[in-house]
Amino acid sequence: MDKVGIVGVGQTKYERKKVGETFFDMIYEVTVKALDDAGLTIDDIDNVITVSNDFWDGRTISSMAVQDACGSRHKDISTVEGDGVYGAFYGAMRVLSGSFGTTLVVAHNKCSQSRMNQITNAMFDPIYTRALGLDAITSSAMQARAYMDAFGITAEQFARVSVKNHKNAKNNPLAQIALDLTVEDVLKSRLLADPLRLLDASPITDGAAAVIWANEAAARKAKKAPVWMKGVGHMSDAYHLGDRDLARSPALVGAAGKAYAMAGIDDPLKQLDVAEIYDAFSYMELMWYEGLGFCPEGGGGKLMDAGVTQMGGDLPVNPSGGCLSANAVLVAGLARLIECVLQVRGEAAGRQVKDCSTALAHGINGPCGQSHCVMVMGK
Amino acid sequence: MGKRVAIVGTGQTKASSGRKDVNGQEMINEAVMKALAEAELTRDDIDAVIIGNMDHFEGINYVDTWSVDGSGGFMKPIMKVTTGGTTGTTVAMAAYYHVASGLFDKVLAIGWEKNSESDTTGAIITAFEPIVDRPTFGGAVGGLAVMANRYMHDWGATQEDAARVAVRDRQHALNNPNAHLRIDINIDDVMKSPMISWPIKYLDMCPRTDAACAVIFASEDYAEKICPKPAWVLGTTNRHNFTFIGDPSFRTMITLEECAKALYPRIGITEPLKQFDVMELYLPSSFAGVQWIEALGLCKNGGGPELIASGATNMGGECPINPSGGVLSSNPIGATGLLRVAEGALQIMGRADKRQVPGAKTALSSGFGGCYWSDLMAFSAKKPN
Amino acid sequence: MEDVKKKELLSVYSGEAEQPFEWSAGKYVSRFLVEMRDNKRLVGCKCPKCKKVLVPPRRVCGECFVQMDEIVTLSGEGSLYSFTVLNFGFVDPDTGIQRPVPYTCANIALDGTDCTWAHYLEETDPAKIKIGMRLRPVWEENRRGHLLDIKHFVPVEGK
Repeated sequence: MDKVGIVGVGQTKYERKKVGETFFDMIYEVTVKALDDAGLTIDDIDNVITVSNDFWDGRTISSMAVQDACGSRHKDISTVEGDGVYGAFYGAMRVLSGSFGTTLVVAHNKCSQSRMNQITNAMFDPIYTRALGLDAITSSAMQARAYMDAFGITAEQFARVSVKNHKNAKNNPLAQIALDLTVEDVLKSRLLADPLRLLDASPITDGAAAVIWANEAAARKAKKAPVWMKGVGHMSDAYHLGDRDLARSPALVGAAGKAYAMAGIDDPLKQLDVAEIYDAFSYMELMWYEGLGFCPEGGGGKLMDAGVTQMGGDLPVNPSGGCLSANAVLVAGLARLIECVLQVRGEAAGRQVKDCSTALAHGINGPCGQSHCVMVMGK
Repeated sequence: MGKRVAIVGTGQTKASSGRKDVNGQEMINEAVMKALAEAELTRDDIDAVIIGNMDHFEGINYVDTWSVDGSGGFMKPIMKVTTGGTTGTTVAMAAYYHVASGLFDKVLAIGWEKNSESDTTGAIITAFEPIVDRPTFGGAVGGLAVMANRYMHDWGATQEDAARVAVRDRQHALNNPNAHLRIDINIDDVMKSPMISWPIKYLDMCPRTDAACAVIFASEDYAEKICPKPAWVLGTTNRHNFTFIGDPSFRTMITLEECAKALYPRIGITEPLKQFDVMELYLPSSFAGVQWIEALGLCKNGGGPELIASGATNMGGECPINPSGGVLSSNPIGATGLLRVAEGALQIMGRADKRQVPGAKTALSSGFGGCYWSDLMAFSAKKPN
Repeated sequence: MEDVKKKELLSVYSGEAEQPFEWSAGKYVSRFLVEMRDNKRLVGCKCPKCKKVLVPPRRVCGECFVQMDEIVTLSGEGSLYSFTVLNFGFVDPDTGIQRPVPYTCANIALDGTDCTWAHYLEETDPAKIKIGMRLRPVWEENRRGHLLDIKHFVPVEGK
């Protein structure tokens, strides 16, 4: 595979409600930030990929709202509707094709604008399932219960993820919710849908993010050394919840397998220095440990208890605070990727993982983590 | 460096105004199975799937993950690409880049729409900025009508000039068993049809359709093994320049002109009318069919009516446009652009049956949508250098 | 599947669901609407680089990728760039009400701007509408900071 790397990144502060700002304002902010970070101008950008979702935006052709904000006029442009990591992957492919030297990838969402439960209810099949009123929270709650039953994972183990990530967020000035919690605090927080409590769930967030990909030649113009894409894979499981074994994530195993093979990783726990994975809910982080091969199947809780994924552990997970601390849906995966870039660059002051040269970013699409995209980044 | 990419198989459902006999996934599956059958491949051979539609027409969030039973995406890489009316062509481009990147060898592109499931115009209106554009928006047809009206004013073109395009495309559709509308009409019929949005009349305008289209793109390592005459992608580009309804001038179809100016030099085209053997263009109204060919450099600005009247763009002419019947005959919005790509490729592959342009070696497909946006993809029977 | 063929083909109706949105107008659109509501006046913005004046005002010039901070007051008069008269009604998703037909959508080249702006014309007979004709806005008495604070455009008398 030819080399393609990220040379510029930008994010907004993640907030509960950005009243004074439009999608346009947020995308302009992160585009300018990413260009400044890369030391490039808009004329150095050869093409653009936007990431947005019509349901969240309340606009069909949601990409239309932000085009001028990311300088896309007179350039090739396309739009991925799905998590930011998928958009980032498409942006990288466009460079690898040889057609473009650089791609700007931007993602935005204002989850505060409408009703999350209505929007996530819309991902369920209108014929069989939607009328049940399932949404992201209730369906994830079912998955959490299935996971607990299958492997004896406990609510305390879920809570430990929340404690870790909310605390990590204290070192991330852009995170929305940084807290000093105890397991007790999580277990006492309001029940959303059994077994998930308020502090097991990611917040409602407004935000945007941008990355700039470059091939070797174009990267020479950038200020900083690129962080290269070493491996990537994506894969989707079955759609109907009843067609799946909700306690397991074979699609993640598949996606990670492809990424690891490309990156030459056969022992992820040893060879990865940091991982940013999509913890939309606390239990998901434990499930994804297993799918990513950090531990055997069913071992997510034990890995958490052993402290391996804490800051200072063998493989810190979500030093940024993860989705539990800020979850602008669609942007969140790109935020994971950006944190990986910052970590490998050594720019994650206050939460820097020592000697970080290989990082893993992860995003999900669809109900209960149906589809996964994994990207390994490195020096 | 990137790989060369070709289309090796296509499938499309019979387009109709309401496929009540299938749900969305089933309709998608029909097209996918046809494409696999044509290419003599199975689901196992497919390395990745890209799917697109315009969300508000079916009201399903995360269509990529919803589709897997029908699209074949189960335990495969799948992602969704969507850009309004241009979705079909941008899905094709995404498939092209997946393969050209070298990371995937055989990629399935799917475009689909069940327009019957919702209020088309009500949904389209939500594309535009809610505060300053939507309250006075006239729908897709209104946007096309103001452009048509200005064109007539600037160049003296007439409604009859446009009607000729409607007659051409609908005559062509009579050769296409998959087309939604297959009606034998003449200019008089068009002129007498009800006025929808001045000057666009009922027979000047595209329908709303349910259909799915699937196209298989393969890398140079596989294309010739799969298909005896693959349709090699010469190049592709797009321009989605505008956001507000009043942004573009109507002196020509600006984004299409920009695409042509960007693409032609890259692929050695200096005389498109001569060098392309056939074109499948996203022309949503007959007036677009007169004006927008000028932007592609087929004739000078204002020369559209003369070129159309000459018959050069009819079957048997120098450069037939829309042998399939085009968008005036079928408009399943998320699939429409992909159908242009599929039909262009079918011409090169020699599989266009009764609508085949004999010996077609180069083809051009275009997409349209959004705020006067354009996409282009060109094909050749000859493997690019 | 013979039995299936004999039965009805069902569809599942979503019901009359509404989904509320609270879009931020942003600084530029807010100013635009406030000027309409309070001062019965239209404003555009000017790009410091290409000097073009655009309406509605927006933060960044698409051509130049430069922020536009200069607000320009417009006379509100302009010339008709193009128009169409629509004969089909559809349910407006913002109001839930079917638009009355016929109605005329117009692209108006407001004096002092370098683009066109879409609004309604009062006249609905295409024979009486000429591209290039001079137009002026008719303002509502009770305005609320909405595009329809202008009811529609009418010909400037004597032109």
